[in-house]
Amino acid sequence: MFAYYFQLGLRSLRRNPALTALMVMAIGFGVAASMITWSVFRAVSGDPIPGKSGQLYTVLIDNRGPQYNDKGEPPEALTYTDATALVAARKAAHQTLLFEVAPSVLPEGNQSLPFIAHGYATNTDFFGMFEVPFEFGGAWRASDDEGRAAVAVISHALNQQLFNGADSVGREITMDRHTYRIVGVTAHWDPKPRFYDLFSGNAFGDPVQVYLPFARAVDVEMDTAGRNNCGSNVDFGSGRDAWLHGECVWVPMWVELADQPAANAYRDFLTHYAAEQQRAGRFHWAPNVRLRDVNNWLDYKQVVPPESRISLMVALGFFVICLVNTIGLLLAKFMRRAAEIGVRRALGAPRGEIYRQFLIEAATVGLAGGVLGLLLTALGMFGVGLLFEPQIARLAHLDASLVAMTLLVAVVATVLAAFYPTWRAAKVQPAWQLKSN
Amino acid sequence: MHIKPILAAMRHHKAGTVLIALQIALTLAIVCNALFIIQQRIERMARPSGLDETNLFVIRSDWADKSDPQRIDAQMRADLIALRQLGSVQDAAPINSFPLLGSGWDNFIKLQPDQVKMTTDSAIFFSDEHALAALGTRLIAGRNFTASEVGAQQPRDAMHSAQVIISKDLAHRLYPDGSALGKTIYVSMGRRPSTVIGITDTLQAHMTGSWAGPYAYNAVLVPAQLLNDYTYYLVRARPGQLDAAMRDAPKALFAQSRMRIIDHKDGVMTFAQVRQRAYGPDRGMAILMGIISVVLLAITAAGIVGLTSFWVGQRRKQIGVRRALGATRGDILSYFLTENLLIGIGGVLAGVVLAFGINLWMVSQFETARLSLAYVASGVVLLLLLGQGAVLAPAVRASHVPPVEATRSV
Repeated sequence: MFAYYFQLGLRSLRRNPALTALMVMAIGFGVAASMITWSVFRAVSGDPIPGKSGQLYTVLIDNRGPQYNDKGEPPEALTYTDATALVAARKAAHQTLLFEVAPSVLPEGNQSLPFIAHGYATNTDFFGMFEVPFEFGGAWRASDDEGRAAVAVISHALNQQLFNGADSVGREITMDRHTYRIVGVTAHWDPKPRFYDLFSGNAFGDPVQVYLPFARAVDVEMDTAGRNNCGSNVDFGSGRDAWLHGECVWVPMWVELADQPAANAYRDFLTHYAAEQQRAGRFHWAPNVRLRDVNNWLDYKQVVPPESRISLMVALGFFVICLVNTIGLLLAKFMRRAAEIGVRRALGAPRGEIYRQFLIEAATVGLAGGVLGLLLTALGMFGVGLLFEPQIARLAHLDASLVAMTLLVAVVATVLAAFYPTWRAAKVQPAWQLKSN
Repeated sequence: MHIKPILAAMRHHKAGTVLIALQIALTLAIVCNALFIIQQRIERMARPSGLDETNLFVIRSDWADKSDPQRIDAQMRADLIALRQLGSVQDAAPINSFPLLGSGWDNFIKLQPDQVKMTTDSAIFFSDEHALAALGTRLIAGRNFTASEVGAQQPRDAMHSAQVIISKDLAHRLYPDGSALGKTIYVSMGRRPSTVIGITDTLQAHMTGSWAGPYAYNAVLVPAQLLNDYTYYLVRARPGQLDAAMRDAPKALFAQSRMRIIDHKDGVMTFAQVRQRAYGPDRGMAILMGIISVVLLAITAAGIVGLTSFWVGQRRKQIGVRRALGATRGDILSYFLTENLLIGIGGVLAGVVLAFGINLWMVSQFETARLSLAYVASGVVLLLLLGQGAVLAPAVRASHVPPVEATRSV
């Protein structure tokens, strides 16, 4: 019976071509607009490290005090002093600290030109905590951090560029005139949004190319290429040393804590640390610390661009209007066949059969709309670049799940829209129809 | 035209009436807000930078050897001499950031050294005495820097400048009575004052984010070369020689020293490209809202045509009876037009409420402005006209139903 109703549905599509085309177009446009904006939204609002986002926390300490902080919130990163002290304390299962670097890389050979590589100065825990996959070698050791060793991890893409993709572990890379021994090459790894460096506004930045030990980068006076926020209260004196040990914040710090008790214990430790600073006379205010997990941090930093949210909302509104339109048109289409329904009912078809027939017919309309929507979505993917910055636009793509979702949403929405018209159709009084004709 | 019989007829097809009214209401709500977004984005994009943007381009040079500050200082001075000597170049200046770049250095500005809260926030542009000529921005009061006032600033040193030039808007923000020239202000975190020696005409800051809205036209020019890992050069080409200058300038820089990196993708950008980059999302948003509005209006119109055609088809017999009883074609036509107008008015009334509701929600979520009444009013007119236009074809068809239809049984 299903196949028969489906055939009837197809035939009915051909019966009022103008009305059908209108419905298919409405559904197609509506579903396409929703899917295009949704593809961007899911990319920018997704969990960048699923399964672990609840165990990774960024650590924040108020080193400015109630007069100068931002509405009671501590600054969005730590000072060098606090970050290094907290990492050295080893109170969490794992802890890392980082700052953005942009060293110039001088490839081997006389003909090659130097270029800027983007990366992070961090410690060995970074790789385990954030589940960085490796193609060759691995992370440097904790002893390399302590020994301030000149070692580096490079990305798959940089390895391709410098060594044509060969296993480069043990080879050297020259950055800012210093050489580093490569200990690992990461496989492609580029979590979006880049939760661990929202401080510098790198949520959707270009992929990272290089990592080197934090202590080493500080030793060679590699400057942060990211944000440096000194607030307004501090007169930090002059020179790099005064800045390094002053109250400017520029070091994001992360800890891994397995469960809620561990998080509570760590929060207590942080409060204790801040209280100690207060006792020592550095802070003149009560401890004000934060421990934010990945999703909380993404929320707090409002990573999802307002454009993405607004365009998704508008597209969904658009889709709703298309569905209201479809309800009206289906009503017209079904009621035009009141006589036919009357005959079927008079010949003994129960209401359930009428329901089944018309819902399946609506589903065929939905399917046709979904196919059109799919074409429009594919077309619209090229247009995403118009709306968003390239870094965000390239995150949107048409994959299998989006294709399935487009078709499913189109069919389900149309069937839902068809409930009222079908109910009306099923209510047709056979006797009345037969009499009047 | 009697309205009562129309209302009575509507009661017989409540569902269709409600659906059309609902569609009009939703369309009005969304189109009003979409048009409002378009207008806001266009307004943002049309903001002046205060620069003479034609013939202006920027070069970013990263130092490949990360050499010591003295060498960077010397290299920058040599670069600038080389750039200014080019035949296609009118003037050139070093700068750490520039209007619309998006990233740069902003400081809290204070009027007193021991002030707790800032008076305002401002972009800090480190440049030299050629900055105004390269930017194409004119002074409205005071004087330019002299070559001897131009120093060097290391990024991690406490910032100080005895003289500064500030933008008109910043001057007004600090001294609303217009007396900023010659006053001292505090532009760094330190306690050392800077004297305002000049005030420029409008000059936009580098910040483009919405948070920076109140500070978008605050700029301080500091007479110093910032000795960072990279610098920008603002280069003004001679009229009509932009292309030549953009070709010549990087060559001249590489001739000075090869230990630099000028990105092949965005190392050299015309100011038009800078502007396009800064406002890309705004333009995209305006285009998207435009497309959605047009398609939405088209779909709503098509929906009205579809449903009205169905009603006309359903009522052929009744129309025939009316015609046979003496109704003119005009009567039939105006019947359908009035019916649509009534439904449309119901729809727009609901739509106006909805439009303001959506706007209130957007205000709370995205800090957008309040929807102005003019938009809603024009949206109402637009949708009522659209409804009348859409109903015209089916109504004309209805008016052509011959009176003899009354006698046919099917």
